[in-house]
Amino acid sequence: MNAIIFSAAWGIVMMFSAVFIKSKTAPKWIAITGMALLFIVNALELNSGVPLFFFNAQDMLRVNSFNLTFLAIVFGCTLQYFLLSARDVEKVGEHVGEYFALIFFVLCGVALAATYNTLLLLFLGIEIISIPLYILTGSDKRNLKSNEASLKYLLMGAFSTGIMLMGIAFIYGGNPNASFFINSINLGNGELPVMIAVGLVLLLVSMSFKVSAAPFHFWTPDVYDGAPTVFTSFMSTIVKVAAFFAFVRLFENAFGKVHDQWQTLIVIITFATLLVGNITAVFQQSVKRMLAYSSIAQAGFMLLALFALNDKAKEGLILYSAAYSLATIGLFAILIKMNDYTIEGFNGLAKQHPVLGLTATIFLLSLTGIPLTAGFQSKFYMLMASVQNGQSFWLVIAAVVFAAISAYYYFRVIQAIYFKTADTEVIAKTDISPAFNVLLIISAGLIILLGVYPEILVQWLYH
Amino acid sequence: MGSYITFPELFIWIPILAGIICFFLKGEKSPKIWAILSSLLVLAAAVTSLFYTDDTKYATYNNVNYYWMKEIGNSFFVGLDGTGRILGLLTAIAFPVIFISTQKNTYKNTSAFYGLMLLTQGGLMGVFVAMDALLFYFFWELALIPVYFLCSKWGGEKRIQATFKFFVYTFAGSLLMLIGIIYVYQHTPQRIFEDGTVSAHSFALNSFLNASLTMEEQNWLFWLFFVAFAIKMPVFPFHTWQPDTYDQSPTSVTMVLSGVMVKMGLFGVIRWLIPVFPGATLQFDSLVIILCIIGIIYASCLAIVQDNIKKLVAYSSIAHIGLMCAALFTTNEMGVQGAMIQLFSHGINIIGMWVVVDILERQTGVKNISQLGGVAQKAPVLTIFLVIIALANIALPLTNAFVGEFLMFSGLFQVNTWYAIAAGISIILAAVYTLRMIQKVFYGDVSPAAEVVTDISFSEKAALFVIVVLVFVLGVMPQPLIELTKKAVNTFLATVN
Repeated sequence: MNAIIFSAAWGIVMMFSAVFIKSKTAPKWIAITGMALLFIVNALELNSGVPLFFFNAQDMLRVNSFNLTFLAIVFGCTLQYFLLSARDVEKVGEHVGEYFALIFFVLCGVALAATYNTLLLLFLGIEIISIPLYILTGSDKRNLKSNEASLKYLLMGAFSTGIMLMGIAFIYGGNPNASFFINSINLGNGELPVMIAVGLVLLLVSMSFKVSAAPFHFWTPDVYDGAPTVFTSFMSTIVKVAAFFAFVRLFENAFGKVHDQWQTLIVIITFATLLVGNITAVFQQSVKRMLAYSSIAQAGFMLLALFALNDKAKEGLILYSAAYSLATIGLFAILIKMNDYTIEGFNGLAKQHPVLGLTATIFLLSLTGIPLTAGFQSKFYMLMASVQNGQSFWLVIAAVVFAAISAYYYFRVIQAIYFKTADTEVIAKTDISPAFNVLLIISAGLIILLGVYPEILVQWLYH
Repeated sequence: MGSYITFPELFIWIPILAGIICFFLKGEKSPKIWAILSSLLVLAAAVTSLFYTDDTKYATYNNVNYYWMKEIGNSFFVGLDGTGRILGLLTAIAFPVIFISTQKNTYKNTSAFYGLMLLTQGGLMGVFVAMDALLFYFFWELALIPVYFLCSKWGGEKRIQATFKFFVYTFAGSLLMLIGIIYVYQHTPQRIFEDGTVSAHSFALNSFLNASLTMEEQNWLFWLFFVAFAIKMPVFPFHTWQPDTYDQSPTSVTMVLSGVMVKMGLFGVIRWLIPVFPGATLQFDSLVIILCIIGIIYASCLAIVQDNIKKLVAYSSIAHIGLMCAALFTTNEMGVQGAMIQLFSHGINIIGMWVVVDILERQTGVKNISQLGGVAQKAPVLTIFLVIIALANIALPLTNAFVGEFLMFSGLFQVNTWYAIAAGISIILAAVYTLRMIQKVFYGDVSPAAEVVTDISFSEKAALFVIVVLVFVLGVMPQPLIELTKKAVNTFLATVN
């Protein structure tokens, strides 16, 4: 509850700060302060269980250690994102304060989507996440690609929202006691009522849109590629894992009892997502676009949590959110500093900027899933959950085969960084500060720490 | 749990710490010296550990168990048994020999090179002493990463593609093994830690040995593990990464790869494959042996037609490893004991071969047999060393390889006469390609490329001398090696039968 109120309030503070403070760098520091405070108030609630701000939500929100841990990861990663990339947010356009305000509103949506207990609040959360993103995507106003991406995103988003509403309507209609609460849906005895089944499929489709699972992923590469790179970083990490979290909570709490009836659908979607994401990423020449496809591929792995739907899967989802976001945000922060976004643009990075080269390598190794990185632990937990599930074992095998394929495109960047020589004398921008380097090292250190001691995150689930 | 430090810990942490420190050393000389000194320290620890083999008295020196990820039933459990000891010893001998013999090679970024080499040693040691499946997997992968960087950074022209093929191959294999590990893990009994933590399942080796798996499960799990190990060894038809990688890697890395790293695959078979899936082993042993024999003959034939010396040695290595793998799957005492000894001997001999190849390549700049000739006139001492090592490589009596190969062939013979005969052809073929190589490179007229050859330096002599001494001593007196592994062989056989 802390997070919902605080993020919304700070969003408003940011908006006004843009009006009253003319300094261009001030919004950045206000945003970073707000983010740190947001992280702290959420951590306080996670630690003590008592919120600072309380309102009676009539059980429409459920706060427990699972979703508070998740929010702590989200806010921690956003803080990392702000610290690494806030200076690049300033460069996108005129309205710096508004950009930060929009991000805080997105976080408010994330907090809602992580704690909802009724379908209505799920809808509200997802929409509060989406609408500011349409604006952020198009914020590079003079760039046609950014405009195109924004429009595409808006249309696709609106379309999937429509489907979601339709699904919610079906479920509401199919419920004899006419309630939106996700744990009181009438699932029938043995066989799902038709209305509920239709609603379930519609919800599945719309949520797959939001997490860009195949075959509903077509918007992702263009939107991620067209949006200003700083915002791609935010969208492809924090927003994506938040949508995932909402997805998993919905299907666990609402339809967990009839898991076996929709599991086949998830199996198909997971396989398709892994296939499309990994195979297409192999052929990308631009690192930005490669990361867009890699985000689809990683989504495929996260979908295994829905396939398994047990305790290990929850732990895996938490670890995956942290590992994936930490590494991808770090990688994007480095990518923004490059002059050339193609893989060749990374040639010789290790020589010119050893810290950037080393940390980028650690991020990439983590995304590949090499032991001693957080990426390995998250993949490992997901695989444990899936094997424990005991069904469709071939999917688990397919997942690791695709993980091996993913090594191909991640290692191409590592090869460029370490083993190739630069084509030009200056390959990165000149505004790389020592603080930026230190922050990258801290991010990489966190990834290794989580790789050695995953418990430090997992234990909070049982706090 | 003892409060003192144990041998397996020393084996792992000395190289890893030394490797990390090495990255920060400046200049060209100091990393080299640092690497040699720290690898000698590991060797000293390994030799000392030989005096504490009696597990009834010294169990606390050889085993240690720390809590690590105990919620999922894992721990940092490392221990030395016969197999681990002999391979640890091999690793401990191999690295100083490699460092000393390749001292003259210059590498850009010397400190990074030696740092990565030492990290590789730490990873390899970890593989050989890990007693928890997850820990084993960790080290298994960690040994690979520094090698990947070593080959890609300091290798030959086509290094990036070659090493990448190697990396993707082994990475895919190990991921399949990871699935296998997780599956077996789900079928292990509960584990209760000393501090009262209870986890539903366990990654400990003992629990893996007692996992309740049906015959059908064993049958497909066997292949998940086997593919990972077969890629590493490599066994036909998973060998295609190897010749290119050996050819393109800097020679000192090739020595690590062929001398020690391939043993990881064989070690995996001894420790994690056959004992965990004894039923499946009996089901598939003929199939695996036949694969190995095809590989032996195929690789030997390819070795005969090679013009590139490095590829020749690479193919000969495939043949030797294939024989060891086949011998392990005989699961009789002779075969397994032979393979155990050969694990050690082959490592020594192949490193010796590479040292010679490295000297030739460094001095002449060519690695094609057709361009070389008459080296013996220029470098008589080198030639003597080479001939001895080459004869050991083809397992002549009185050399170390003879004992192992003899036992392995007897083992194969007990299983099936035809296997022994088919595999035996490889001895003849080995003689053909090795002697042909010696003849063309070292005798005959001095070729233009060989004009520049001078005889070897003191450090190279010292390294080769150590190898030759080991070749002879263990050839005449193999008993210590047999004693060292006897117990391990017996426990291994007990799990299978």
